Amino acid sequence: MSDNPASSKEQYKAPITDWTGVADGVTGRSPLAHVGFDELAQMTPSDAPVQLREYALKGHLTLRCNPEDAAQTAAFEAVTGLALPTAPLSSVASSDTTVRWIAPDEWLISVPASALFSLQQRLQDALTGHCALVDVSSGLTVFELSGERAVDVLKKCVPVDLHQRHFPAGKVVSTGFAKASCTLRRLNDETFELVVRRSFADYIWLWLQDASLEYGLRVEN
Amino acid sequence: MTQLNRLSTGGRINRSKPLRFTWRGQVYSGYEGDTLASALLANGVDVVARSFKYSRPRGIIAAGAEEPNGIVQIGATEATQVPNVRATQQGLYEGLVAEPTSGWPSLEYDLMGAVGKVAGSAMPPGFYYKTFMFPESMWMTYEKFIRRAAGLGRSPIAPDPDRYEKTHQHCDVLVVGAGPAGLMAALAAARGGARVIIADEQEEMGGSLLASRELLDGGPATDWVASVLAELNEHPEVLLLPKSTVNGYHDHNFLTIHERCTDHLADRAPDTQPRQRLHRVRAEWVILATGAHERPLVYGNNDVPGCMTCSAVSSYVQRYGVVPGNRLVVSTSNDGGYQAALDWHDAGRRVVAVIDARRQVASTMADALKDRGITLIEGSAVLNVAGSTRVQSVEVARIDADAHQVIGPVQTLVCDTVATSGGWSPAVHLSCHTGSRPTWRSDIIGFVPGATHEQRLDAGALVGEFSTEGALNSGLAAARQALQALSMSVPEVVVPTLAPVEIMPALALFHVPHTLPTSRAPKQFVDYQNDVTAAGIELSCREGFESIEHVKRYTALGFGTDQGKLGNINGMAITARARGMSIPEVGTTVFRPNYTPVSFGAIVGRDCGPLFDPKRYTAMHEWHVSKGAAFEDVGQWKRPWYFPKAGETMAQAVNRECVATRTSVGILDASTLGKIDIQGPDAREFLGRVYTNAWAKLAPGRCRYGLMCGEDGMVFDDGVTSCLADQHFLMTTTTGGAAGVLEWLEFYHQTEWPELQVYMTSVTDHWATMTISGPNSRKLLGELTDADLSAEAFPFMSWQPMTVAGVPARVFRISFTGELSFEINVPANYGLHVWEALFERGAPYDLTPYGTETMHVLRAEKGFIIAGQDTDGSVHPHDLGMGWAVSNQKPFSFIGKRGMVRADCVRPDRKQWVGIKTRDPSVVLPEGAQGVFDPNAPIPMPMVGHITSSYWSANLNRSIAQGFVKGGHARMGETVYYPLADGSVVEAEICSPVFLDPEGERQHV
Amino acid sequence: MLSIYCPHCAEHRDEEEFHYKGQAHIARPSDPDKCSDEEWGNYMYFRANPRGIHHEVWVHALGCRKFFNVTRDTRSYQVFESYLIGTSPSITGEQGGQPS
Repeated sequence: MSDNPASSKEQYKAPITDWTGVADGVTGRSPLAHVGFDELAQMTPSDAPVQLREYALKGHLTLRCNPEDAAQTAAFEAVTGLALPTAPLSSVASSDTTVRWIAPDEWLISVPASALFSLQQRLQDALTGHCALVDVSSGLTVFELSGERAVDVLKKCVPVDLHQRHFPAGKVVSTGFAKASCTLRRLNDETFELVVRRSFADYIWLWLQDASLEYGLRVEN
Repeated sequence: MTQLNRLSTGGRINRSKPLRFTWRGQVYSGYEGDTLASALLANGVDVVARSFKYSRPRGIIAAGAEEPNGIVQIGATEATQVPNVRATQQGLYEGLVAEPTSGWPSLEYDLMGAVGKVAGSAMPPGFYYKTFMFPESMWMTYEKFIRRAAGLGRSPIAPDPDRYEKTHQHCDVLVVGAGPAGLMAALAAARGGARVIIADEQEEMGGSLLASRELLDGGPATDWVASVLAELNEHPEVLLLPKSTVNGYHDHNFLTIHERCTDHLADRAPDTQPRQRLHRVRAEWVILATGAHERPLVYGNNDVPGCMTCSAVSSYVQRYGVVPGNRLVVSTSNDGGYQAALDWHDAGRRVVAVIDARRQVASTMADALKDRGITLIEGSAVLNVAGSTRVQSVEVARIDADAHQVIGPVQTLVCDTVATSGGWSPAVHLSCHTGSRPTWRSDIIGFVPGATHEQRLDAGALVGEFSTEGALNSGLAAARQALQALSMSVPEVVVPTLAPVEIMPALALFHVPHTLPTSRAPKQFVDYQNDVTAAGIELSCREGFESIEHVKRYTALGFGTDQGKLGNINGMAITARARGMSIPEVGTTVFRPNYTPVSFGAIVGRDCGPLFDPKRYTAMHEWHVSKGAAFEDVGQWKRPWYFPKAGETMAQAVNRECVATRTSVGILDASTLGKIDIQGPDAREFLGRVYTNAWAKLAPGRCRYGLMCGEDGMVFDDGVTSCLADQHFLMTTTTGGAAGVLEWLEFYHQTEWPELQVYMTSVTDHWATMTISGPNSRKLLGELTDADLSAEAFPFMSWQPMTVAGVPARVFRISFTGELSFEINVPANYGLHVWEALFERGAPYDLTPYGTETMHVLRAEKGFIIAGQDTDGSVHPHDLGMGWAVSNQKPFSFIGKRGMVRADCVRPDRKQWVGIKTRDPSVVLPEGAQGVFDPNAPIPMPMVGHITSSYWSANLNRSIAQGFVKGGHARMGETVYYPLADGSVVEAEICSPVFLDPEGERQHV
Repeated sequence: MLSIYCPHCAEHRDEEEFHYKGQAHIARPSDPDKCSDEEWGNYMYFRANPRGIHHEVWVHALGCRKFFNVTRDTRSYQVFESYLIGTSPSITGEQGGQPS
């Protein structure tokens, strides 16, 4: 047992683990694996005005730092090539990275699972001062809801105003979803991304399915 | 049946779509576009209900939401029964089945009818209070009888097969009501670029314009309505909601709209389509254009079928092509009554006379009557009606200028219909929902909405603009005001031109005098639905009920689904006169949501059945299901409760799981435990402040159990927190406490100690947690990892990163069973893989899955508490005998420290947590049983504490229990008694709460 | 249902996204151990119950999870302002909670 590790005000950098570093043959399982999106995609009508797909098994990283710390924001930009979105409810995205404002000192970053460990490592190396990086990949899954009636479906799910004037593409909100919650981002006029917690994923899937019933739903894979 | 009252032409019905419907078992016909009310009237159905208290026959009086009598039960099957539907608001469809809701057991003869007739004088206002309250024990019987007889309809007893939806809406301007004011407001707001919702409760939009004889821009009013609706329909930012009642106006411009989407189509909603939809609207601005309800006059026997309001007569003629009788007498106090006479006459039926209470009548009105040869009788009123199930004649007499007494001889006019108008009452209901009080305007003889702090504007008849032109202009003005407030452009909108209308002031006539005093005159109804009469209101005033709120409660005026739409103003006027006051001095009662009844289905929406509440699942849930687990709800989580094998009872399964874990190895899905990642330079200091014990010296790699207390010193959560790195910790919380603990931590961090550098992130969902426990757990884990699991390399209360079954894991050597245990945490996406890998290697060890019940038994054997079961917010650590988990040496006064030393918290006779060993080892005490020291003490016995945990322990082959006993820590070995509900008394010994392995040898291996 | 401005998200949201956390500006005593029972009792249990202006703590529980203060009228449910923890309200009530 070690001596008293008296806290210093210097940020201590603990070694991080590559949680995606599993043995060959081990596959991850989405919280919605039981749904069978592949089979549903074959069965659902091709002309439905609502489309839903799951982006499963992505890498998700919670970043906590100080948006007023210029060194931190610069380090973030240097690592990701993206400016940290410090304006409330904003987001930035590149081809394989999405950064969502969650709170004034909190962001949710999504990348392909294979890119997560490297990103976490590079951010940890680059960020100085008080900050936190937490791998939450297995705790979340992502839906993409789109189509001409996507807004009508979402109006049955979330209390926020979805009108283009109030909710333009790129805006991201964390809000209630029926009796659960979600982080909702608009990708374009008719496409939304919903990041939901693993344990609520089935409830949210059931709710989306139900809310789409009067319009018709196509599941995509 | 022929539609004997249907005109051959006219109306807004679709004569090419005849429909059949059933009323009281008899088939009738109507047309598409009819309401049930118009179809019944077309078929000459006079009696639609029996009244609430006196069981008098009642007919349809009105044509809209204000209808008090035509309250019916709809539904062709048990499952589709809908009570409390207003016949005036129910669109007719093919195959509609309707029944009266009142008049049990039949409309012709019923028990209440007999009571009402024989004992009528025994049923004055306050009847229920005076009669049925005593004896109190009989109230249940009375209530059942009254409810059954009172005509409130009945709920279906089969599940509703239809879908009801809820949706959120946002808009710049919500316009309530689509009459002239509402349509004009919506049109202007839409042209100004606002997002507009316009909702109207009727089957089609247009309001009074649908029955108007006026020309707008030289054309029929309905043409203008059609053109406005066409433009609004084209507008992408406008949502039109017909058949939609705005029922509630809540704080901050939050309104609920009840849309009846498919109620007018069939008994059941079409597949996948909702029957009804509740819109939850947040509006920047609200324009109320709810119009006004015509007041009927209060006169003798004014409830006999055939008595209607003037505007209802016009509506039925103009909108539905129905003349609901043959010979009409109109009695009015204002210009509004004349159109009914003209419409009736022009439909080809006889108008016997128009009787105007005023001495001066507008010449245009008089001329219009004269042109048609209709008799006009001025300065008079209908005093009384003769007839029982239909009007047969009326008594008319001259009344004085104040309308207080009869001053001329009574003449009788033979007729079958009486239409009356006492003026218009603005529909102020919604304006009252947010606390605004209506104000009286004597110029319009009515209440209008009072001042409000909401962003609300009022227009049209609601603010006394009773003329079409006035309504149009006020609707436009309201829209302009809203647009300006929204910083939107105000468009050019031209109000259609109308022919000027000559208006003569109305007479303030509410209660028509009779030749007899009110108390002896024939019944003069004020509130039809609640059977409140003028005499009843006068009586309640005489009995000392002075406030209008008291009068309302004593008489039931304006109660229930009626909400005083027709009767409130008349009732207030009668109260005012009885008390020698003015109407504004009497004041008005306040209306509450909902404006009209809302079905439970619409309120519930899709929050029912499988979607009633979220069900949260762990990553291993499918495995549990496949193994036949019984589940327990823990918060929203579905947790395995026990895993019964074929034929096993719950007790057998739990006993087997308990023994298997202590003799070999068991496995628990512990993923639901709350997990919070805590990091930052001050993380350690923060933990020291929120936990009762010390954290300064916990080294990386080590774990510690902690207790959390509120400022009052009482335990509210507990769990193990592990040091991942010097400034990085993983806290676990109880399953149910996870969200609350994180919010509580954030509260202290954000509001009390923002200077502490610490970040907290919930990782509950990220980790799948499986605990293997038992003497063989080390061997089992050893088969799936290369890590050194020896006691020396991996001691108790430490954790290590390692690879388990090919997956990176954090493994914690902590134990909630008292056995050698390993808590394996892997990213949840791999949870099922690792779980199954453990079972692949588990067979030689008889790896036994166990659920929450076995977890509870095993921890109770060890004397471990469960926060929330053994604690209830009134228990501090010392009460639990857990003073070892409280460190008073910490420099910071941690949360709970000061609270724990309050005088009451240090009393020696506090209830303290101890073990309870029944003298008879086979007796398992019920949890919650209250203990006493003297079982022979007289009742009420002094109670000394209750049982919090009690189980059969298969491992110890006896019952075990824990609970509170006053001063229990100093009473070891003493006896406590538990008198049970069945009369038996269980004798038990106070002992240590630790029943198994008190030295902890089994987990330190 | 109230509409509350979250000063962190910089927009109004429905009340159902928030949790109410009690009266604002109740500071934890700097040295609880030195508090008399009465002082501690006042901190723990005694709260204002004005008819009128009230300052209260809310948390944007389903949103950014940040705490902030709100000035609200307990009579009308009007919310006049949201302001950050550690800052002072711009609208205050006099005795009895009437707006000043």
